[in-house]
Amino acid sequence: MSDIATKIVARFSELGIKVQPEEVETKLDQLINKFKVPPEEARRNVINHFLKQNNIPRTEFFEKRETSQVKASEIKEDGRWVTLRGKVVQLWETNHESVSQTGLLGDESGTIKFTKWTKAGLPQVEEGKSYLFKNVVTSEYQGQFRVSLTKTSEIVPIDEDVEVGRTLVEYSGAIVDIQSGSGLIKRCPECNRALVKGACGEHGKVEGIYDLRVKAVMDDGEKVQDILLNREVTEALVGITLEQAKDMATEALDQAVVLDAIKSKLVGRYFIVSGAKLDRFILVDTIRQDTTPIDQDIMKLLSIAAPLAQEA
Amino acid sequence: MAENGSGNYSGNSSGSGSGFVREVAHRIFAAEFKESNLQSKEGHDQYSPSYLITPTGAKCNRVFIVGTLTEKEDVGTDAEFWRGRIVDPTGAFFVTAGQYQPEAAQVLAKTTPPEFIAVIGKPTTYTTKEGNVLTSIRAESMQIVDAATRDRWVVDCAKLTMARLEKLKGSEPDVVKAREHYSTDVQSYRAMVAQALESVRMK
Repeated sequence: MSDIATKIVARFSELGIKVQPEEVETKLDQLINKFKVPPEEARRNVINHFLKQNNIPRTEFFEKRETSQVKASEIKEDGRWVTLRGKVVQLWETNHESVSQTGLLGDESGTIKFTKWTKAGLPQVEEGKSYLFKNVVTSEYQGQFRVSLTKTSEIVPIDEDVEVGRTLVEYSGAIVDIQSGSGLIKRCPECNRALVKGACGEHGKVEGIYDLRVKAVMDDGEKVQDILLNREVTEALVGITLEQAKDMATEALDQAVVLDAIKSKLVGRYFIVSGAKLDRFILVDTIRQDTTPIDQDIMKLLSIAAPLAQEA
Repeated sequence: MAENGSGNYSGNSSGSGSGFVREVAHRIFAAEFKESNLQSKEGHDQYSPSYLITPTGAKCNRVFIVGTLTEKEDVGTDAEFWRGRIVDPTGAFFVTAGQYQPEAAQVLAKTTPPEFIAVIGKPTTYTTKEGNVLTSIRAESMQIVDAATRDRWVVDCAKLTMARLEKLKGSEPDVVKAREHYSTDVQSYRAMVAQALESVRMK
C-alpha cells in the first residue's frame, strides 16, 4: 500500500504538485482496509481526488506512461495498455457518432480490430498507411480481441510500410446455410456498406452499386464456421458473373433468383475453404468442392466398426 | 497484482458460452434417428432450445442428412404442407416442409423422386395415441445433390457416429442420460455403421 502511495506522490511531484504522503496513505488505508475497496480502485480514487483538487486534466496525469510494444497476435489479455506498430488494413464505416474510426490494424503477426473514439480527439488515419499506435488499450468481446484508441493514446505516422502477416486457416465441412444479404446486393457508393431495402444505414436512400457475395455457414458436425465469399470467389465458384447475375435479376424482376441459384449449388455439399480468419468469419481465398477419395476412410472406419467382417 | 488478476480473467472468459451460438447440425443415420425419443430442454422459458438426445448420445437441435427422396406428398389442407420420405443405407427419415419453410417446401414440390437430396432441419417428435413416438425433420433448407455428396455424407455420418459411440463410455451428462434412457446396444450400432459403410464401399 505504501508502495502505491509513494508512486502517486512521485508522479504528482513530476507534475510540479506537492501532495502530502500522509494524506495519500490515510486515504488509501481508509478505502482499502476499512471500506474493502480493491487497491487498484482505491488508487484511482485517490488520484482523482488530487487531480480535482489541483485542477489537472486526467489525461495529463496518465499521458507520460510508456507502454511496451507488442505484436497484434500477442494480444491475449483484456485491459492491457500496449503500443502497436502496424498498418491500417481496412477502415469500416462507423455506426455510432461516439466512434470516430474503426477497422483493422495489421502487423507481421496478424490483424486486430481497432476502435478510435471520437472523444479521444485523435487525428484521422488512412487505409494502407502505417503508424505507431502508442498507448492503446486491449479488450475482449466473445473471445475476440480488439484495441481502443483513447484520449491517452497517440498516433505517430511512420515512413515504412509494415508488412501484414496473414494467418491462413483451412476448414472443411458441409455448407448448411446461406445467409440473408447474400447473392446480388447493392452497396452504398459512399461507404461500401450493403444496402437494406435500397437504403444505407448511414447515408439513407442512395443509388447503390451492384455486388455479388456469399455469407454462408459451414458445419463439420462438431462446430460451425461462418465464411464470406467476395465477388471474385463467388463468380468462380458459382459460375455466374456479376453481369449475368444482373441480367438474371432483371429478367425475373427479382434479385432473389440469384440467391436461389447460389443456394442450389452450395447447400448440402461438402467444401474445403482456406483464407484469413477475421472475427467469426473466414474471408475465403480459395474454395473447392471436397473430392478427397473416401475409400481409405471407409476401410479405416470399417476396421473399427466391424473388425471381424474385414476379410468379407 | 494487476497482471495476475487480468490473466485469470482472460482464462475464465475464453470458454464461456455467452452470446448467440448457432447449433451444430448433427449427422444421424435413419435407423438411429427412428429410435430417438428422449427430449431435453435447457432452461425454462419458451425461447430456450429443446434437444433430441439420440441413442448414441448426440444432442441435436439441428440435423444434416443426405439420402434418396423416394416419396413425397402434399398433405396440407388449406396451405401446402409437404412430407417426404428420404432413405439412407439404414432406413428412412420423414421430412416435412410447410408454409413456414417456403424454400424447402418449394424444393420438395418441384423435385420428382427418386432423387438425392440434402436436408438441414430441426428434429421434431410426435407422440401417437398409442404412445409411440415418431420422429421427423422439419426442413430449414433442402437441395438436390449428387451421388458423390450422398456417399461422402454416409462416410461423414459413420465417422461421427463412431466418435459418439466412443464417447458413450464417458461420463458427460448427456451421454449418461442417453445410456440410462436407451440402454444403448453399442454392438448393434457398430453393425449399423458397418452396414452403411459396406453399401458405399467400392466394389
